[in-house]
Amino acid sequence: MSTRKRFDVVGKPRRRVDGRSKVTGLTKFADDVVLPRMLHAKMLRSPHPHARIDAIDVSRAEQHPGVHLVLTGRDFPVSFGIMPVSQDEFPLAPERVRYVGDPVAAVIAKDEQTASEALDLIEVKYTPLQTIATPEEALAHPEARIHEYGEHGNIHRIQAYEFGDVEEALAKSDHVFEDLFFFQGNTHLPIEQHASVAAVDGEGKLTLWSSTQVPHYIHRALARALQVNAAHIRVIACPNGGGFGGKCDLHNHEIVVSRAAMRLGRPVKICLTREEVFYMHRGRHPVLMKFRTGVMNDGKITGMHLQTLLDGGGYGSYGAASTFYTGVLQPVSYELPRFKFDACRTFTNKPPCGPKRGHGTPQPRFGQEVQLDKIAEKLRIDPAELRLNMVAKPNSLTANWLRIGSIGLAECIRRVVDISGWKDKHRKLPEGRGLGLACGAYMSGAGLPIYWNKMPHSGVQLLLDRSGQVTVFCGATEIGQGSDDVLAAIVAEVLGIDAFDVRCVTGDTGLTPIDLGSYSSRVTVMMGNAAIQAAERLREVLAEAAAEHLEVSPERIVLAQGRAFLAEDPGRGISFRETVELAEAKHGTLGSVGSYSPPRAPARYKGGGVGPSPAYSYTACVVEVAVDAATGWITVPRVWIAHDIGRAINPVSVRGQVEGSVYMGLGEALMEEQVFRRLPPKLSGALVHKIPSLLEYKSLTSLDMPEVETVLIEDPDPNCPFGAKEVGQGPLLPVMPAVANAVWDAVGVRIDEVPITPDKVLRALERKAKGENPRVGPESFPAVPYPEPICVAPPWEGGDGNASKEKRKAPARKLEGMAAS
Amino acid sequence: MNAVVEARRNVRVTLRVNGEQTEVLFAPYKTLLEVLREEMNLTGTKHGCELGECGACAVLLDGVPVLSCLVLAIECEGRSIETVEGLARGSELHPLQAAFADLGGTQCGYCTPGILMTAKALLDKEPDPGRERIREAISGNLCRCTGYLQIYESIEEGARRMREEAK
Repeated sequence: MSTRKRFDVVGKPRRRVDGRSKVTGLTKFADDVVLPRMLHAKMLRSPHPHARIDAIDVSRAEQHPGVHLVLTGRDFPVSFGIMPVSQDEFPLAPERVRYVGDPVAAVIAKDEQTASEALDLIEVKYTPLQTIATPEEALAHPEARIHEYGEHGNIHRIQAYEFGDVEEALAKSDHVFEDLFFFQGNTHLPIEQHASVAAVDGEGKLTLWSSTQVPHYIHRALARALQVNAAHIRVIACPNGGGFGGKCDLHNHEIVVSRAAMRLGRPVKICLTREEVFYMHRGRHPVLMKFRTGVMNDGKITGMHLQTLLDGGGYGSYGAASTFYTGVLQPVSYELPRFKFDACRTFTNKPPCGPKRGHGTPQPRFGQEVQLDKIAEKLRIDPAELRLNMVAKPNSLTANWLRIGSIGLAECIRRVVDISGWKDKHRKLPEGRGLGLACGAYMSGAGLPIYWNKMPHSGVQLLLDRSGQVTVFCGATEIGQGSDDVLAAIVAEVLGIDAFDVRCVTGDTGLTPIDLGSYSSRVTVMMGNAAIQAAERLREVLAEAAAEHLEVSPERIVLAQGRAFLAEDPGRGISFRETVELAEAKHGTLGSVGSYSPPRAPARYKGGGVGPSPAYSYTACVVEVAVDAATGWITVPRVWIAHDIGRAINPVSVRGQVEGSVYMGLGEALMEEQVFRRLPPKLSGALVHKIPSLLEYKSLTSLDMPEVETVLIEDPDPNCPFGAKEVGQGPLLPVMPAVANAVWDAVGVRIDEVPITPDKVLRALERKAKGENPRVGPESFPAVPYPEPICVAPPWEGGDGNASKEKRKAPARKLEGMAAS
Repeated sequence: MNAVVEARRNVRVTLRVNGEQTEVLFAPYKTLLEVLREEMNLTGTKHGCELGECGACAVLLDGVPVLSCLVLAIECEGRSIETVEGLARGSELHPLQAAFADLGGTQCGYCTPGILMTAKALLDKEPDPGRERIREAISGNLCRCTGYLQIYESIEEGARRMREEAK
């Protein structure tokens, strides 16, 4: 990495490199791709939440004028799934449907209208099966099994881990807090509806343009689903009109249009309707949580037993990972000497849940941060002080063997306390107004890919030519977060040119080196490190050529502001273009590659691969609310948020990510919910999505958005490019619990679930008025058959990162040492 | 069946889009959104629902923002239609566009054309609107990326640049 301390590009507020394209409407999203002879696809979806398909008759549809092809499950013998452990979906269901919206057939026709008409002509005979509507029902009814794989019955995943003897820690604690929380599911709601275009090129090879965040994973999974040589498939991730995790799966329609294009030899497009996007889902898992937390009188935590129950919906999706994420990042914020974590994901007959911004971690974060507020209240400690007193140490290991590098959480807390006027306002505002504080942490990229391999997570290739043109190739995908801009900025910084002088070619498996995709907040760190390596390699070649020309040693050459010049005599130098010419003359065609793999994680136990990251970002947030006691209506006038970014590559984009997270977090806190209802019996009684429309699925409009004061804490992390950590997901996490805590401060009621809607506030206020427990939230946690835990001793209890064969009791003196420290 | 065929028979309509008269052939049931995107290849106008819920497809009809997914193209004959493609003057960005690009008013860029057109309609009438007027004006345009704040700032900065230009 360049040793220069002063940066010309990094850290400067700039117009992002793709900004012009976006404001002119020239950015080509998947549905903007139009090809000659293109046909259009529509899919027929199940009206039943759970049913056997007895027969499908497509003959009338096939004869409809303008129809070119009708596909059913028979055309897709191979199952698929984004994770190797969950190959449980079919592009079109062959014999069973598992949620209302599960696709069973597809029509390819001359236009959308014709295809829609033909869908009505397809006759499907179903035999309805018992609907499993909730995790509780899934546990109670192992039969009417939704899938033939998984743990047993309708349990997809069930697991337990124990890092030190938690029961012993709780027994020795001054207080044990037991709380139940529920986090309702919600969906990504990108404004762009998913679209895909597939075409076979002149060589007979398939190209798929798609709204996807993960072209490499799609490429792999598509090759398997179609049983086609992956080298003959090219996946182009068009810039996404918002992703938020909803475009991370291989989706049914992507396989359907690919098969259709191969069959017909003509391009085939599909664009899902908004209603279909709600059925596609893969959004936030509804999670029921039980926290048992031991606390000493000074507020320090001695141990935590967290149990989670996830409503997975009809398919696996990323659920195996989501299950882990409902617990594994709990220990990275505060000192947690002992930790037990039980998790269970059930199948239900609803659209599949998967990764949404924060992937599995906002739910337990909500529980933890609200519980901390209760602890602070009970122990009469200021909630900010309580947290500051136990912030995890930098360069340390957690109980579950995650390695923490830099941690700016304390600074984040201090700054939001300061700018919000916390000390003057918390518990001091008039009735109906309140302040809540909460924190969050997230990873800057998952330490392991979703399929096992030893290859790099990100690759970058650079091409320079004598015109001074710099082209950078990377598989990373622009989903709006600004990844192209980060890529261009990093290359520009190292080569001493302007970001606009770099041409980005990204997200194209036919042209670009592999990057695993835009998920887990991995792009800046992984792509960025790969880009630095590639650019440094070329910088060396350029500096050498310039040095030779200027007759000095290469160490004395600086590349900056579009020139190569002498550090001590900036007037003596040559232009960047001349430098490239000299280097090309000396070395031949100029190119370089760089790649990045995350550091090896210290955990050695099975399952320890979920949670490690090159760096963790931290956030603290204070939310102010006004609660109308008559209506229960909550307004949020102001939010203060501090994010530990490491370093901001482009502060304009970073602020946008933070504010966008606050926006989405307020939506989750106050109104967004993916919920279901039963149709009346006379209609079928089917379990259907309650509100599959943008109008009724409530999200914040500009009129609901509060003022946000954002502070960036910049303490560069050595594992990160120029020290930059993630910002796309972390700042979402503290928002929901901060709202809940603010409602408590405002009107003295606890809403232990999200969304915190007016009806819940009113119910809690009624309880308060009657002298009952002023709380609304889950009342019980079902008996979940969690297995005996895998026991792993924490680092400070003599562990080596491996699971112990037997449940290991910690020596008592060690425990006391932790509790007192 | 005859009714279906009749309904599908293309109509020939002259539309004035971004100041340019164009004769277009399309099925009479097509919305303005569909005609712009599918018949005229003006794909700068986006869609997020095609039900009038998200604002992504907003264009100006006689200077007033409308949801092009709810307007039949056949009703637009002789009326002035403005889309995002008509904002820039040649290769020079409209001040609103430049401000959005500079100040983070666009992230994924999908809601951006609709918001730009809505903002232009506001500023054409009110060159110096306050924050509250801006919030109101774009309250029908959903954006999932930005949290709206950088959009307000972009509109305010665009307005300032437009007033500068008008001097």
